[in-house]
Amino acid sequence: MAIRRGRGVAAINYPTGMNLGGDPTQALVHSTPTGNFMVTLSSVDLGQGMKQIMAQICAETIGVPTDRVVVDTADTDTGPHCMGTFASRGTHRAGNAVIQAAREARQVMLEVAAEELEVNASDLETDGQGNILVKGAPQKSISIFDVALSAHFKRGRSISGRGMFLIPRSYPEKETGAMKPSTCYAHACTVAEVEVDDETGEVTVLTVKNVFEIGRALNPKMVEQQLVGGSWMGISHALYETTEPYYPNRDHGGTDFNQYLMPGPGDLAETEIIVLERPSADGPYGAKGPGEMCANPQIPAVANAVFDAVGVRIDTLPITPERILRALKAQAAN
Amino acid sequence: MELRKSYFADVRKDDLHEIGQPRPRSDSPGHVTGKTAFFADRNFPGMLHLKMVRSPHHHARIRSIDTSEAEKHPGVVRVLTAKDVPHNVNTILILIQIGPEDETVLADGKVRWKGEAVVAVLAETERAAQEAAAKVKVDYEVLPAVFDMEEALKPGAPLVNEYHGQNYYLYDSGECRKVRFGDVEAGFAGADHILEQSYQSSPIEHAPTETTGCVVTPEGNDRFTCYTNTQAMFFTLDNTSIILQMPGSKLHFVGGTVGGGFGGKVDVIVEPIAILGAKLTGRPVCFIYSREEEMQISSPRAAEKVVIKDGVMKDGRIVARKVTGYTDAGAYSRHSPYGAQKGAGHYPGPYTIPNVWIDTYCVYTNRTPSSAMRGFGVTIGDFALEVQMDKLARLIGMDPLEFRFINAYRDGDMKAHRQPTEGAALIECMQEASRAANWPVAEKFMAMSSYVKGV
Repeated sequence: MAIRRGRGVAAINYPTGMNLGGDPTQALVHSTPTGNFMVTLSSVDLGQGMKQIMAQICAETIGVPTDRVVVDTADTDTGPHCMGTFASRGTHRAGNAVIQAAREARQVMLEVAAEELEVNASDLETDGQGNILVKGAPQKSISIFDVALSAHFKRGRSISGRGMFLIPRSYPEKETGAMKPSTCYAHACTVAEVEVDDETGEVTVLTVKNVFEIGRALNPKMVEQQLVGGSWMGISHALYETTEPYYPNRDHGGTDFNQYLMPGPGDLAETEIIVLERPSADGPYGAKGPGEMCANPQIPAVANAVFDAVGVRIDTLPITPERILRALKAQAAN
Repeated sequence: MELRKSYFADVRKDDLHEIGQPRPRSDSPGHVTGKTAFFADRNFPGMLHLKMVRSPHHHARIRSIDTSEAEKHPGVVRVLTAKDVPHNVNTILILIQIGPEDETVLADGKVRWKGEAVVAVLAETERAAQEAAAKVKVDYEVLPAVFDMEEALKPGAPLVNEYHGQNYYLYDSGECRKVRFGDVEAGFAGADHILEQSYQSSPIEHAPTETTGCVVTPEGNDRFTCYTNTQAMFFTLDNTSIILQMPGSKLHFVGGTVGGGFGGKVDVIVEPIAILGAKLTGRPVCFIYSREEEMQISSPRAAEKVVIKDGVMKDGRIVARKVTGYTDAGAYSRHSPYGAQKGAGHYPGPYTIPNVWIDTYCVYTNRTPSSAMRGFGVTIGDFALEVQMDKLARLIGMDPLEFRFINAYRDGDMKAHRQPTEGAALIECMQEASRAANWPVAEKFMAMSSYVKGV
């Protein structure tokens, strides 16, 4: 009886969005009288930080600092339609809608600035700090604060924009299954290293090294929080979680966190996250949806590592000590 | 976390001001100081609490329901049964024309899973609602139940759901969603090795910190405001409008920050009955799942069975792959028909294989309806595919990572569902993993690229 070590690898891709149902999201953007910007959506922030990302996307597109953008969302009286936050679609779909709305608003903003500066709008650029400058002659400039005031009280212009992003529904062809099930794909490769106690069947995940390709890390810190959490969830799925431990038998289902097990702080693997960025052609600033993908590759990587350690295949999830011991017993009997 | 900027540097402009910046999240201070408002922080004078009477049986006919003792219980304001729900039989994907309507808001004549909602009790306090729910008498005639997908698909199995007429979802393509590409039998015939393996998962829980729920208040203008943690505002509003036969203009849904979703909050279960309660009593209503309800009543990730048969050559090329996937929907569809067909669009994984045959089934059994979850239609498939890849590599005596390089898809490769590959990056992820994990592979693999040659 010994503690045995093994490692396993898995490589995956993951689709963004739900093309098989039709996939629309809308956004509205408008400026306040003093040149702050409101993004209005009905998309839901699940705690992953969608509001922050939409603010950064709007700020980048209009050319102002992120702290001048406020996101109002999840209210059906004010926000235009969004399919919902699922299918790794939030950032991709709503982000594209915000870009379109912000571009329209930016165009009006530049037109008002052009009137104030008596130049052509096409000769203007933003400095990202809240000012609009004449290209090549930056001493000739006006603040976005003053542009907004002018638009509201002098020029009678609404600095606003409408954004719509729609992936039309793809209907799978009946006989061949030809379809376009998603837009862009995120990618991952994970290597997991485990120790398996062949006396108790217990698995300890020592390290997970995850490489994720996500199009573009719009906010690297927020990407990190999602990818680390996903990696933990993948390990939990592989080794711990089930609402029906003896599926298809319905008995013994957990009803609280004492019975429904997940890895605690003492069970965390040493986690490494490496991000690659291949911008997607249709993503907001190249972003893909990594929200679901990041919890997948750890499951087979751990399963393969368990085999590498003790030479038994557990093809049923979760990979519990009971299943490992039964497999070891069967192996010894052969 | 490390950003490896050396990959794909030629197709990426790093000239942005706000994008790519690790700005602190504007909502974090609220979360860590307890100031963020969640739906359950709403409290209204006179608010009622809703509790469900649930089926103790997996499959049973309801002979009669007696609510008289419950109605007399102190604090009880109203008891709701199926006849109170205007459009009781519904299905959420009807909004995108994926029917038939197959699920009752409150059971009508039959229950099809243990835990199914039968009677709703509205009372002044949570305790009174709970106590009164225990006083509802339901007379059941227990019916044979089926839990195993293979059993459910056999002729003569107990019929789980009469609205389908058989224990699988009927697609326009027949009993399963199909993908056909190349000639899979010819591929097997020419293969050096054949490996057929079966993989199985069980349901798992989304386990959000915040359980599913909503708080509804009738407004003075004949409208209802529903504070909810749904993941999809209009999807929930529009389905509620159908179930309650109430114009959407009467409904106002307010969300906000959700305490974790993971796909578990897109089923439109709590909102319609809570709004109905508010309408019939004229009082605010809250309906919040207990942790036990979250774990055993709200939809889990479906259990899946995946059978993969591969034909592989000694040099490492996979020449044929046949996948049969079974998704255990439980007693009702919810999002499962979509998940099963999403699986059909995902197989055979990120590999270029000339001959592919895929069948994915959505199967009904007498268990808690499953539905969407993070990785919907894909996660269990990836587990099966990637364990299978490991087995194939060992079968032909090849390094598992090198085996994947040989089969990895690249830009322009035709996928089984007949879309050309675009924006591939699997090879680069594996190259970086090889370095990071000190898992060396042959130099020719490190020199590979996802790009099409000459582009």
